[in-house]
Amino acid sequence: ARSQNALGKGLLELLSRDRLDDDAWDEIEDTLITADVGVSPARAMVEELRTKVKVLGTRTHEEARGLLREQLLAQVGPDMDRTLHTAPHGERPAVVLVVGVNGTGKTTTTGKLARVLIGDGKKVVLAAADTFRAAAADQLQTWGERVGAEVVRGPEGGDPASVAFDATAKGITDKADVVIVDTAGRLHTKTGLMDELGKVKRVIEKKATVDEVLLVLDATTGQNGMRQAQVFAEAVAVTGIALTKLDGTAKGGIVISVQRELGVPVKLVGLGEGADDLAPFDPEVFVDALLGD
Amino acid sequence: MFETLSDRLTSVFSSLRAKGRLSDADIDATCREIRIALLEADVALPVVRAFVAHVKERARGSEVSQALNPAQQVVKIVNDELVEILGGETRRLRLAKTPPTIIMLAGLQGAGKTTLAGKLARWLREQGHAPMLVAADLQRPNAVQQLAVVGERAEVAVFAPEPGNGVGDPVDVARRSIDHAKRQQHDVVIIDTAGRLGIDQELMRQAADIRDAVQPDEILFVVDAMIGQDAVTTAQAFMEGVGFDGVVLTKLDGDARGGAALSVRHITGKPIMFASTGEKLGDFDAFHPDRMASRILDMGDVLTLIEQA
Ligand SMILES: Nc1nc2c(ncn2[C@@H]2O[C@H](COP(=O)(O)OP(=O)(O)OP(=O)(O)O)[C@@H](O)[C@H]2O)c(=O)[nH]1
Ligand SMILES: Nc1nc2c(ncn2[C@@H]2O[C@H](COP(=O)(O)OP(=O)(O)OP(=O)(O)O)[C@@H](O)[C@H]2O)c(=O)[nH]1
Ligand SMILES: [Mg+2]
Ligand SMILES: [Mg+2]
Repeated sequence: ARSQNALGKGLLELLSRDRLDDDAWDEIEDTLITADVGVSPARAMVEELRTKVKVLGTRTHEEARGLLREQLLAQVGPDMDRTLHTAPHGERPAVVLVVGVNGTGKTTTTGKLARVLIGDGKKVVLAAADTFRAAAADQLQTWGERVGAEVVRGPEGGDPASVAFDATAKGITDKADVVIVDTAGRLHTKTGLMDELGKVKRVIEKKATVDEVLLVLDATTGQNGMRQAQVFAEAVAVTGIALTKLDGTAKGGIVISVQRELGVPVKLVGLGEGADDLAPFDPEVFVDALLGD
Repeated sequence: MFETLSDRLTSVFSSLRAKGRLSDADIDATCREIRIALLEADVALPVVRAFVAHVKERARGSEVSQALNPAQQVVKIVNDELVEILGGETRRLRLAKTPPTIIMLAGLQGAGKTTLAGKLARWLREQGHAPMLVAADLQRPNAVQQLAVVGERAEVAVFAPEPGNGVGDPVDVARRSIDHAKRQQHDVVIIDTAGRLGIDQELMRQAADIRDAVQPDEILFVVDAMIGQDAVTTAQAFMEGVGFDGVVLTKLDGDARGGAALSVRHITGKPIMFASTGEKLGDFDAFHPDRMASRILDMGDVLTLIEQA
């Protein structure tokens, strides 16, 4: 958090200089690049800001700062619909499918999300559809006990789709409000595993509607995050992003491009390993952190 | 999504091909493209700056060879520099003169430490060692069970005296593991630790306490090949917080360019020793600097381009 402040201050000083010289613009671009926004998007943003500053004439400190912030906010899309669709359909529970590459925080996010829903008075069933990773189901079981959700699991190495199916069935018989399906981490480059994920989704759809497909992206991820999002979106029609590990020093700037190019909003952010470390995505907070305020 | 370095350099090359010598402007033009390519490969900005400055200097001073035109010369310099920095003094795992050899793993959450512990153990066992895994992540839900399963798959012993999930002291477990290993005649001890953030002072202190308690022969920093610009901050934080002797790059089976390899190597000077290339325990390899160089800069294409030019 300290380094963020230093960066932010530097940026504000730059913006409040009498004249914005090339070095100053380069430094603004650098700040964006360092936040994993990407080179081309960073350049495009700086160009846009330069034009604005020119058109609007000399800026005071406050105005210049406001312009940059405003522009970043526009990039982040403050008006996107970020509601998480978890309302049951009559007798049938809502289903949330949680997907992503290895180690991003899917299981943890599943547990935290269950906590939030249960806090709202909902009944939640968790599906341990990661039958592959060592002790993955045990990990979810611990989360289930921690937050008060039933966990459906299958045999180790078993078919993840059938676990998801069983959990959905249980959600229906138990009159649960939401079923959250935790899946195994998989790299988007592995077509076999991506096909498997598609099957998990289709099998659930025999019984219920998949209301949300949450792609869990790790904030430390660089430009590869874009590829991940593209391929997962193609395979299972991602409806929202959970950006995890924002409690670290990484800014998660890649989600700006992901949102813009795929139109998929960031809905949740992970802010730690504890059960309560999940928050709705707030564009202003995100932008201020990116700029270091 | 983005162009490859080859695409970019093709245009630079075509404008240079007619010329005999490389002017400063030509070098600048080539280096600008290389800068962008490095950033798109997730090499951290300060590292990109230092690297490109160094390449420029070498390009200006270098003899123009007969075989290559001057632009090709710059690309060759870039490739050589990358391989040199990534390779440097590569070395093997240091085994202690008096066993057991103690290896401690450290890194961010989800980097691949526990999986790597299993891979290392299996690999060492196959070489005739008798390794033992130590469950010193007592924090992450069921990290202890995960290591137990991994140990079973690797067919090695696991020292897991505490249940974890918040119960037990990792420093104490690590300390006790050494005596246990000696008694059971294990010649290598691999300590799996909890994932931690660079800015988490308390957990970083805990890692340092584990280190002080066991005095490892090797501390390995485990880092995800998909990491972006944060690689520098994090590598520095682990370097200062606990220190490390070598680096392991994980999840290299994906399509991330892996610029972190250059960032971490450049910032810490520590060698990258292993590559983790999958979820199975056999997906494990020595680190190959030349392959990594081509991967970061799509150098395969570029080198073909040189031949065509
Ligand atoms: N600091 C921090 N750590 C997190 C956050 N979310 C998850 N983690 C940690 O990241 C690590 C990986 O989390 P998991 O939930 O197991 O990730 P996963 O995506 O389910 O992993 P796989 O199933 O193996 O692909 C664990 O150590 C978590 O405690 C977060 O928001 N902040
Ligand atoms: N594709 C791929 N997955 C990997 C690799 N190494 C580890 N994984 C996966 O990444 C996820 C996290 O691995 P872990 O070994 O649990 O990571 P960790 O660093 O111990 O995580 P924490 O203890 O939660 O900090 C798991 O799903 C592993 O199967 C690799 O080289 N390639
Ligand atoms: Mg998981
Ligand atoms: Mg672990």
